Amino acid sequence: MSEKTARRGRLLVAGTALAVLSLGLSACGSTTKNTATSTSSSGSGSATTSASGSANPNAPLKTGLTVAFLPKQVNNPYFTTSDGGGKTALTKLGETYKEVGTSSATDTAGQVSYVNTLTQQQVAAIAVSAQDAGALCTALKQAMKNGIKVVTYDSDTNPDCRQVFVSQASSEDLGRSEVQLLGKQLNYTGDIAILSAAQTATNQNTWIGFMKDELKKPQYKNMKLVKVAYGNDDAQTSFQQTQGLMQQYPNLKGIISPTTVGIKAAAQYLSGSSYKGKVMLTGLGTPNDMRQYVKDGTVAGFELWDPGKLGQLAAYTAVALSSGQITGASGETFTAGDLGSYTIGASGIILLGKPTVFSKDNIDQFNF
Amino acid sequence: MSETAPAADPGPAAATSKEFRERGFGALVRWDSVVAVVLVLVLLYSFGSVKNFGNSLNLSFLIGNTLPIAIIALPMCMLVASGQIDLSVGSMAGLSGAIMGALWNNGWPIQQIIPICLAVGLLGGLLNGLLVTRLGLPSLAVTIGTLALFRGLAQIILGANAVTDFPEQYLTFGSGRIGSSFVPTAAIPYLVLVVLAVVLLHVSRFGRAVFAIGANEQAAYFAGLRVRRTRLILFALTGLLASATGVFWVLHYASARYDNATGLELSVVAAVLLGGIDFDGGKGTILGAIAGVFLLGTLQNVMSLQDVSAQTQIIVTGVLLVVSVLAPRTARQVRQYAARRRVVSAVKRAASASA
Repeated sequence: MSEKTARRGRLLVAGTALAVLSLGLSACGSTTKNTATSTSSSGSGSATTSASGSANPNAPLKTGLTVAFLPKQVNNPYFTTSDGGGKTALTKLGETYKEVGTSSATDTAGQVSYVNTLTQQQVAAIAVSAQDAGALCTALKQAMKNGIKVVTYDSDTNPDCRQVFVSQASSEDLGRSEVQLLGKQLNYTGDIAILSAAQTATNQNTWIGFMKDELKKPQYKNMKLVKVAYGNDDAQTSFQQTQGLMQQYPNLKGIISPTTVGIKAAAQYLSGSSYKGKVMLTGLGTPNDMRQYVKDGTVAGFELWDPGKLGQLAAYTAVALSSGQITGASGETFTAGDLGSYTIGASGIILLGKPTVFSKDNIDQFNF
Repeated sequence: MSETAPAADPGPAAATSKEFRERGFGALVRWDSVVAVVLVLVLLYSFGSVKNFGNSLNLSFLIGNTLPIAIIALPMCMLVASGQIDLSVGSMAGLSGAIMGALWNNGWPIQQIIPICLAVGLLGGLLNGLLVTRLGLPSLAVTIGTLALFRGLAQIILGANAVTDFPEQYLTFGSGRIGSSFVPTAAIPYLVLVVLAVVLLHVSRFGRAVFAIGANEQAAYFAGLRVRRTRLILFALTGLLASATGVFWVLHYASARYDNATGLELSVVAAVLLGGIDFDGGKGTILGAIAGVFLLGTLQNVMSLQDVSAQTQIIVTGVLLVVSVLAPRTARQVRQYAARRRVVSAVKRAASASA
């Protein structure tokens, strides 16, 4: 290569680099994280206006609407159950149900594409379980601008990116009811421990806070919380932590594990040990994980929300929104078929209700 | 397109009557033109009979979602034409996004973050390039290694967090469009990149060196071409554009995660293959690669609009790829067979004439 052509090549390479820089920088303006929060909150005004139309609680329910479910992950038993609930409700109302979604639970780009496609297909409403609170925002706002109603269920986005969030249960209900459940199983007497996930897990710590508060009530005066152990949502660690708890506290009578991984590992340990049936275990688990331990007597009862009902409520909410019965403003009330009447709470959240308790009497009615 | 084709393959315009006799239809029907025609046909069909396809919002989604692949396909096309490959591009995009998220969380201004991300891409590309050119390692092995390395680093840097609160005007750049037209804002700098890439590969001497090296490394070396340096530059460019894709990805999907763009390398390789870039090196055009990218993107968009399931979409893409690898080779073998037959019959004729 001659000197001249080599230089030309170098120039081209430099030009490419410059173009790449411009690709990244062409949206300019001095912006750091701190200033950004103010810009993004000012930019969100347009989306909230979509919820500010007036609601007519007596509006008739429209039929023939297409409501799309976009779960975090398709073919996941939990979401198959919840979306199945949505299908049941929609069929009953004479609407059309469809489900789309990614096969990975962390494919946010895929979820964005699906929202975009649904916007194109002009569905009446989207019920989405967001993989990521912020990532879907632009796409969902675009959908709402095109007249599509957006309901989140199971996992919320930022409040201004949807009309209503159908929440599975409140943290307070979950925390308190687990203590109540264990109290009944123990006759309100004995040492207890909590087997949590990671020490930093926000939801776990919120629930544990409510558990501790519940334990202050007089009926629990003979129940003592001796330790909160952390299994990091890892089956093996949780198993070892359970083993450790039993050795460290011989008087331990009960364990609460508010995590599906933890409760399963604890049940596995207890069922193979001499503590089976003597140390009570409860917490949050799924019927499919826990079925064998309920049947072999290791676990008397545990709880979780009913995902089928969660999907039904999301569907009823979507139809009520599309029919103009509600707009998503707090205080509005509507009827969700057999589930009864619901009122929208602060920041557009609807609570499904108290968690469902699973025991040997009802566990075979559930498959997730 | 044909003027910019390398000397080794003069293309349809250069197909003289003699060549036409020798090569049959192959001289007229080049694979990248076939892909471009198929793309046009698919577009015509979609405009005509796919509901909601032709509106500007959908077209902007189509282009916007295809841009990440389209950006990396430019350097990948050159790299493959030079006889190398880089499978670490998806991981590099993820690493670049992870750095973006982590620095943003630490309060850095975004105008400083983006150049840092691009610099990391350049360095990553240089690392690949040095390992391949200086140590003589096969690029497939090296970049499978750095694929894991970059992704691992991304996970260490950002953990399982997702950062989404980037400034509004940057997110608008990433996912917005110009007015109410179908053109995404980010398509403008992309077009600049396309022009640069076409000039670099098809007009400059650098590009001719790339093809010469891809066609025959030894011959290129003895002809005095700087084989190692050319490839090093190509790897560096690929790293740089992979990190640019990472930045674009974060803004387009408003999500910086360590697992961003997982598997993107396969889509890029698929599109480049489909676009007629020969995996043995020495052949291919930028416009073929772009046609391949947008053909895959359009098919995906149309299939989504028509509720074709994700699994079926993967199968369709797979079949398309196998065909795109198979068809040109089969065509070449048929041509060679026909040529041999002609030679044999000519020899026979000559023999019987002389007898």
